[in-house]
Parts: sequence; structure tokens; C-alpha cells
Amino acid sequence: MAYPEYQNIFTQVQVQGTPEWGMDDTGNNLMEERVGKPFFSTLAGLFGNGQIGPYYWGWTSMVAFGTGLAWFFIVGFNMLAQVGWSIPQFIRQLFWLALEPPSPEYGLTMPPLNDGGWYIIASFFLLVSVMTWLLRAYLLAEQHKMGKHIFWGFAAAVWLFLVLGLFRPILMGSWSEAVPYGIFPHLDWTTAFSIRYGNLYYNPFHCLSIVFLYGSVLLFCMHGGTILAVTRYGGDRELEQIYDRGTATERAALFWRWTMGFNATMEGIHRWAWWFAVLTPITGGIGILLTGTVVDNWFIWAQEHNFAPMYDGSYGYADYGSYEAFIGKEN
Amino acid sequence: MLPKWFNKWNQDNPTNIFGPAILVGVAGAAVFIAAMVVSWGNPAQTSSLQTGPRGTGMSVPEFNVVRMAADPTIEDYYTEAPYVPEGGEDLARDIYDNVQVLGDLTEDNFNRVMNAITQWVSPEQGCAYCHGDGDLETYGEDTLYTKVVSRRMIQMTQAINEDWDGHVNAVAEVGVNCYTCHRGENVPSDIWFKVSPVNASAAGWSANQNQATSLSQSTSLPSDALEKYLLEGETIAVHSLESREAGVAGVDGYASIQDTERTYSLMNYFSNSLGVNCVFCHNSRAFYDGSQNTPQWGTASLGILMVQELNTDYLAPLQDTYPPERLGPIFADAPKAACKTCHKGYQRPMQGLNVIADWPELATTEAPVYE
Repeated sequence: MAYPEYQNIFTQVQVQGTPEWGMDDTGNNLMEERVGKPFFSTLAGLFGNGQIGPYYWGWTSMVAFGTGLAWFFIVGFNMLAQVGWSIPQFIRQLFWLALEPPSPEYGLTMPPLNDGGWYIIASFFLLVSVMTWLLRAYLLAEQHKMGKHIFWGFAAAVWLFLVLGLFRPILMGSWSEAVPYGIFPHLDWTTAFSIRYGNLYYNPFHCLSIVFLYGSVLLFCMHGGTILAVTRYGGDRELEQIYDRGTATERAALFWRWTMGFNATMEGIHRWAWWFAVLTPITGGIGILLTGTVVDNWFIWAQEHNFAPMYDGSYGYADYGSYEAFIGKEN
Repeated sequence: MLPKWFNKWNQDNPTNIFGPAILVGVAGAAVFIAAMVVSWGNPAQTSSLQTGPRGTGMSVPEFNVVRMAADPTIEDYYTEAPYVPEGGEDLARDIYDNVQVLGDLTEDNFNRVMNAITQWVSPEQGCAYCHGDGDLETYGEDTLYTKVVSRRMIQMTQAINEDWDGHVNAVAEVGVNCYTCHRGENVPSDIWFKVSPVNASAAGWSANQNQATSLSQSTSLPSDALEKYLLEGETIAVHSLESREAGVAGVDGYASIQDTERTYSLMNYFSNSLGVNCVFCHNSRAFYDGSQNTPQWGTASLGILMVQELNTDYLAPLQDTYPPERLGPIFADAPKAACKTCHKGYQRPMQGLNVIADWPELATTEAPVYE
């Protein structure tokens, strides 16, 4: 038995016909902002809906793309300048290069262009770009008469972005605390941030963020697995199952209740997933905002609050065996 | 997606592809695993030694092939027992001209040390590398820079053995002599020169990092860590020692993210110089806390002070003595030392070979004591 009408990852059957343009209103101006002649991509159809386009342009996406590209090119040309405009060096060192924030001595003032000035300008464009894209999520949801859940979800990620690049540097009194724009350099920043503030693993909000991050992954897998497992009973028609519960839902619920004594509901599982996802950056952002502003050494903080245990016992190989014996070279 | 003739041909020629697919899969997986074992090492060959309380993740892991293999330079090490003086012999300072160091040695021992230095530093050029091509009578002259530098290096070696006993003899008597760094080469391997700023188009912290250089250990971390910490003596520690500390990042002694990255760069250098990871010295849950660190942390801390002294008192001041080809490629600075110059990737240089037992002349700045 097959249900060729649903479209899913690696579905063998694809429906391709006249592209769907979406609704138009009587004044014929709703169509004006949709650009690109829609077409079908068999490759895209293997993963999702095979129809590509049309795309709703609108002023929000124009502003977001324009400022986003400004950020992209400022970062890119700064990297290119750092290797003396050599394309081979640019390719070779691409993952090492970065546009760095200003040196600490400039505080919150505008630094020279070659010591973080370009970073401030690029960051301004990125701020406008991201916030406009956030607004786009809100406006499109409103135009579709949808709830604003996606907007709030993206807003949670934007909160973390704003904490890293705007709120925390201002509270610390220095733009130098912001994250560099570079592949390896932003990872260096992340490591250095944890080390500088006495090990971020002892930051309880970092703990919460990890719980929600890994929890999101687990819930995503549990939910996806459950629905795929009951698709043969129509379980992938989740909305119908919500208001007219059938054997698919009953089996899925029984599976989990008999597995672990508790089951989510066909409706509630999506709230579980949404809250776990948005709480990941919300708690993470709180943890980062507190770091360096309220707490400067999380390990010591954790000991003061009986959160990090002390271990009895000594350190060093002398107390656990002989190093000479270990390296197999007596002398 | 595929052309019609292709699908038609497939329909007309049904073939069971599972057999070949499994064969290709198994063969591919075997090639992949073999490549991983060859390039990354056999995981079954790893041994580790616990070095801290359970629950802290403290251990020293090593591959058996690395553990069992001897440092290849040990084989070429030259040594010779001293001639214990009976008393009353003439001393080198009375026999030869212009003997400013090693003057308290008897003639036998003086020539023994000179021969050894030749074996350790200039086995191909021989005596002429420092003394020139002239007759024995000209050996007292200071015409070659190599001789002037050698004299300073002998003083440095004596100072290391005398003043830095806590570092070089931390576990057992090991000491250092010329071979510890030189290993038979005129210029020791793993010396370093200034390279920072690495980026001419930027200034400040943007200019000293984000390029793969030998001094950044090919990371994007700052390339000026050795220069700032092991020559200029800037503060390496970055942590706040209280849970709350006032200060603006990068000023008032409040370390910034950038300071931390530079310290991390230095620690990377340590790690590569000794062939160890972080937890050889540190408990990674609180890097700064000496009470949770291993005894090696104390040994390494002494090593930092020692290298600072070697660079500032001995190596950097020789800048004007060297010919241009011995100076740094960018800033024409004198060659400098750090951990790897002696350690060469081993926890103890030459895996803990005692290189001072036969050479009491190099163990002290005073007259040697023979036992």
C-alpha cells in the first residue's frame, strides 16, 4: 500500500504540473511582489516540495539582502586585504582569516578602520539585515493570518545574536568583547571565552542550554521516528490525527506509554519541540550575558554555591604509577 | 530525472544490484578503515595512565609506537667520562691564550670538552667552525663570531644546570649540554624569530593573528605569543581569581578575550613542544588552580622563567654578534629559544637521557667538581 500523494524526503513519486502561484486579490497587486518564474526541480522534489518559486520579494527582503551583502563584502574584502589581495592566499588562508573586533583600548568608541572600524560598520549592516529578516518573519506570518510562532522562534536566536554582539559588549564597556567574523577565529573566541571566565561548563545557564539543545535533538528524533513508524496507518497526517484520533495515534501513544510510562500528545509534542528549541538560545544568551558582567570565574562561583565538587586525591602520574614504566623506557 | 532511454534499458535488463553493491560497500569500508588506521594510528595501540582522581578525566594517553620508539638523536649522542685530576696539573687558563670560560679545567679535560663540543655542534666542520683554519697558536683569537657565541652558550649551559636545577633535574638528574639543543647541527632546530605583525593591512589585535604561521602552530591564534611571554615577560595568566572582579576587558589588568587567545596560543606551543595534551599539566576544569594541577605544572612554570632568562640575558643580546644570515628573516632579530628547542616534541629531552653526569665542567660556573 502506498500513499504517493504525500511528499517526503526521498519519496519515489513526484507530482509535477502547473506551478502554484498563490492567491491574488481583485486589485491584482498581490502578485506584483512575487518574483521569479516558478519551475519544478526533481532534485528538490526528492527532499521536499519540487516547486521552486515564486519568491515574495517585499521591502524587508530587499533591505535584508542589501545590508547582508554589505556585511558579506566588507568581511570578504577585509580578509582579501589581509593577504595582500592575493587570491591564492585568500583561498589557502580562508578558514584562518577574520574581520576582528576593535582592540580593547578603544572601549565603546569608534576605532580606526584598520583596527576594528570596518568591524563596527559591518556589524551595523548585519544588525539591520538580521532585524529586517526577523520583521519579515512577523509580517509574512501576519499576511498569512498565521500564529507568530516562527517569528518568536527566530527571535530567540536573534536574542543570542544580540547578546553576543551588542548587549554584552556594551555592558562590558568594550566592543573588543564581540565575536570575530571568521571560520576558525570565531571558534578561537568561543574557546577563549570559556577559558577566560573559569570554564563555562560551570555556568548553570550553559548547562540549561545544553539540556535544551540535546533535548531538542532527542525530541526531534523521537517525534520523527514515531510519525514515520505510524505513517502506514495514516499517522503522517498529523493535523487530521489531532482532531480525529485514529489507530496511528493510539499505537504511537501506547508505544511510548508502555516504553517509559508517559506519552506526549499529537498536539503537545509540537509544543515540547518548540519550547525546547527556543529555550536553547534563550538560556544560552542569559548565560553569556552574565559572563564577565556578573560572574568572572564560573568554577569559583560554582564552588561557592556548592555546585562543583572537590575531588579527594592527588594529581600527577607519580601517585598512580611510574612514568618511566609507562613510556617503556627505564633509565 | 534520468533520460528515458536509460530507464528503458534498465527495465529491459533487470539486474540484481545487491550483490555488487554489498561487495563495493565492504571493499570501500575496508579501504576506509585501513586508511584511517594507517593515517590516524591503531586505536588498539593506545595506552593511557591515570593522573588524577576518578571523575576528573585526568590521564596521559600515548600510542605504543610513540612510546616504544627511541628518540633517533640519542643514538648519535657522544659522551666521554672525565679524567679525574690528581691535583697539581696545569690548568687550561695557564696553558692556552684567552681562556675566559672552562679555565679551571686540566689540559686533558679541556681538550675532552672541546672535542665533545665539536661532536655535538659541528661534527662536519670540526674545530675550524669556531677556531678558523689557522694553526693551534691562533686558537685563542676571537676572530670568528661562532667562537664568541660558543663562549656565551657555554656560560648559558652552566647557568641552566646551576640555577635551573628545579627544571632540568625535576624528575631525575638529566641536565643539559650543547647536544640538548644542537643535536649535531650548527644551529639548533626549533629556534624562533619574531614574525608578528603577520598582517600589514590591519593594526592592533587584528594584525597579530588569523594567519597560519609556524609561531601560531598553524592555528588562527596570535603569532606573537612566544615574543610577548617568553621575551617581553608579559603576564600569561588570564583568569579572575574571584567569582566577581571589576574591570574593563584588556585594561586595568582585566584580561580580555584576545589576551586569552594569546595564552592559548602559547599553551598550544607547549603542547606541541612536549608531545602532550592540556591535562599533562592542568586539570582542565580549572586551568589556573595550582592545587588541582599536576607536579609537571610547577616544572613547566619554572621552565617559563628559565626560557625568559635565557632569551633576555643570553640569546637576544647576541644580536649584534651574528652575521646577517643567522638573523630573523623579517625583523633581523637574534635566534631565540623556547620549550621545543630542547624538548623536540618529547616530554623530557632525549627521553630523560642523563647528559650531565659525564660533564661536571658544564654543570657549574665555578671550578668543576669531579667525583
